[in-house]
Amino acid sequence: MTIAARANALWEYANPRKFLATSERILPFFWITSALCLTVGLVWGFFFTPDDYKQGSTVKIIYLHVPAALMAINCWLMMLVTSLIWLVRRHHVSALAARAAAPVGIVMTLIALATGAIWGQPMWGTWWAWDPRLTSFLILFLFYLGYVALWEAIEDPDTAADLTSVLCLVGSVFAMLSRYAVNFWNQGLHQGASVMRAGAITGTDTEEKVSNIFFYPLLVCIIGFVLLFVALVLYRTGTEIRARRVKALLARERVGG
Amino acid sequence: MIPDLGKYADAVLWSYAVSIGLLLALVAISVMRGRKVRTEMEKIEQRVTRNG
Repeated sequence: MTIAARANALWEYANPRKFLATSERILPFFWITSALCLTVGLVWGFFFTPDDYKQGSTVKIIYLHVPAALMAINCWLMMLVTSLIWLVRRHHVSALAARAAAPVGIVMTLIALATGAIWGQPMWGTWWAWDPRLTSFLILFLFYLGYVALWEAIEDPDTAADLTSVLCLVGSVFAMLSRYAVNFWNQGLHQGASVMRAGAITGTDTEEKVSNIFFYPLLVCIIGFVLLFVALVLYRTGTEIRARRVKALLARERVGG
Repeated sequence: MIPDLGKYADAVLWSYAVSIGLLLALVAISVMRGRKVRTEMEKIEQRVTRNG
């Protein structure tokens, strides 16, 4: 099969029946592997890693804070891609996937903000500071809330999908800012990237990076968060597809009788 | 069993409790709504089939 044919085959999943059949087949894999990775990663990180020489035992918060923050940003980017697909190709499944992902993004952002505040208090002496990264994350959280509220506020699903897609495009600026705020402004309390930085991974730069003793369990946790995100979005998209069908059937019943 | 977390025990334990609690709540709410919508859809489909 050529690359073009493979790419075209992807659009088959825009068919709700095909999407539901495929997601039901692969969902058990994602539920089980995410539970496994999260259990192994968190137990490894919590029980079997030493304290950091500067941050003491608070370093154990990294296994929740970093994966949640990564997923908060990447969830919005996934919503951006599916929203663009909706705007360009009008596939309902893609609009519903964006809608299904938003509450997952809210929870990930909330975990990142909450663990950040709890970690910040003993390290910085404050729960919160109007630091570029923290502030852009708070704005991203508000964008998530606005996105969900907009879906709920508009009755016609196609109009709701159009408007939320445009909101998603605008919010993407803040999703990118929350990732690169430290690099852009180079100020504030929050440290720069020390985990997901090319130089830190390959060891080609001399800046401070997370030691391997913390990095390996963190990597397992990140994989666990990604798998959990995929499982939740697949499952919730299936629910949105069924909810849409319920609405359509009820409308047909009303018209018919 | 719990490692000695020293003076930061509260911060670490609260972080884990809040995060795991939020993740479990998200999974539980998603699964409950999924089941409810599926049952509702099946009921309506049966009714539509019966009524032609």
